[in-house]
Amino acid sequence: MADKTKKNTPPDAQEYQAFQQEREVKRPILKNCVKAFLVGGIICFIGQIISTFYIYYFHFTEQTAGNPTVATLIFITMLFTGFGFYDRIGQFAGAGSAVPVTGFGNAVISAAIEHRTEGFILGVGTNMLKLAGPVIVYGVFSAFVIALIKTILIQWGGL
Amino acid sequence: MLTGHQTWVFANTPVIIATGTVGGPFEANGNIANDFDLLHEDMWLKQDSFEKAQQALMEEACQMAIKKSKIEKEQVEFFISGDLINQITPSSFAAKTIGIPYLGIFNACATSMESLALSAMIINAKGANYILSGTSSHNAAAEKQYRYPTEYGGQKPPTAQWTVTGAGCALLAQHGQGPVVTSATIGKIVDMEMTDPFNMGGAMAPAAVNTIETHLKERNIDPSYYDYIITGDLGHIGREVSLDLLQKRGVTIHEDQYVDCGLTIYREGQPVLAGASGPACSAIVTYGHFLNLMKKGEIKRILVVATGALHSPLSIQQNDPIPCIAHAVSIEAGSDVS
Repeated sequence: MADKTKKNTPPDAQEYQAFQQEREVKRPILKNCVKAFLVGGIICFIGQIISTFYIYYFHFTEQTAGNPTVATLIFITMLFTGFGFYDRIGQFAGAGSAVPVTGFGNAVISAAIEHRTEGFILGVGTNMLKLAGPVIVYGVFSAFVIALIKTILIQWGGL
Repeated sequence: MLTGHQTWVFANTPVIIATGTVGGPFEANGNIANDFDLLHEDMWLKQDSFEKAQQALMEEACQMAIKKSKIEKEQVEFFISGDLINQITPSSFAAKTIGIPYLGIFNACATSMESLALSAMIINAKGANYILSGTSSHNAAAEKQYRYPTEYGGQKPPTAQWTVTGAGCALLAQHGQGPVVTSATIGKIVDMEMTDPFNMGGAMAPAAVNTIETHLKERNIDPSYYDYIITGDLGHIGREVSLDLLQKRGVTIHEDQYVDCGLTIYREGQPVLAGASGPACSAIVTYGHFLNLMKKGEIKRILVVATGALHSPLSIQQNDPIPCIAHAVSIEAGSDVS
């Protein structure tokens, strides 16, 4: 926020904001990074075990094992969210539990649970993707842009 | 009677003849659980939604206050209440159940002292014999409206606060036994262009400082007049900032004398980050804990400064700063206190 808004901020507010910032407890970024790395790593390790399990016991290949692995992880996330553990893991791990597919699952499932009281259509249906929706919208859009660039380069760039 | 520009001094000393305080599971596990009249193990209070649970909390607090006094519900003329939920439905729906003529108010977390100040003013002007003044909040209902779904695993910064689940109610009367409301200072909006909704304490501190300063000046008293100056929900950051800011402006308040409801309600180790918040925070800690101390004779005079952040999720998304307010009410031990 700092620079862009500070130009229009009255001097007393600027002074207070600086005064306040000195006393504000900052996010412990390094500690959070370490925790995110460890928990994120553990989640991916579990994913790897599940993937290997599907390859060895169900004759999936490395390419095809992805889908059942993601489904299994999301199923586990659903249980963890429903029983109320996932938000506690999230507070500890931050990005570590938000970035993997389990974080995406949690965003959808928690919103669906939360808005159950407003009914299945207007509650769950409308709100289920309120946190995950932007990920889908911008994920699809950026994939489109990248594909467009790639196509242009191949067609006219002679790649 | 108006003293200065923003302060009312109540010559007819309205009396708080009874209070009702209700808390949830997190409060039951907290530091001052014994000060509450009723505690619930279940966040849902056996209701279908968090909002209905909050309504039930409010109803119970009102019923508790009426039950503890020696008067009948029909004798209460007005009910003044508000809360954080959209269009203050928990308060209004509770007013429907209770069936007392009702004034709905909103000043976010400062609603508790806003309602007490207004009730005291009406009683003082002999506009009523009995008024029920209260507020409520519910952690999950507030999270749902202001932040993310309760089970969402987003990481909160260390400046974030925990909304109290509970409801607090005070029954005011013209005469009777109990602590008396002696004055109130109505705060003005202070906007320091703070924009982080996860740092309410930092945003609200200047409003608290402004109201405390004004109150002391307009009543022409020294901070040492009060045993405690109690802020509503500034939390660790807001308390420190406001104390330093008061110091800077030449108002010397002793560290031990300056307490915060948001830092009183929970135990060390409960995962509440910077402290508690919510309208019920200042209401149940004041009406429960501090008035109990007053009844025991341990304290004689307190100034309760409830602070409120008057933003909405929409205003935050549209990049508006967070305007803040604080209302102060002084409560003193009645002459007939045992």
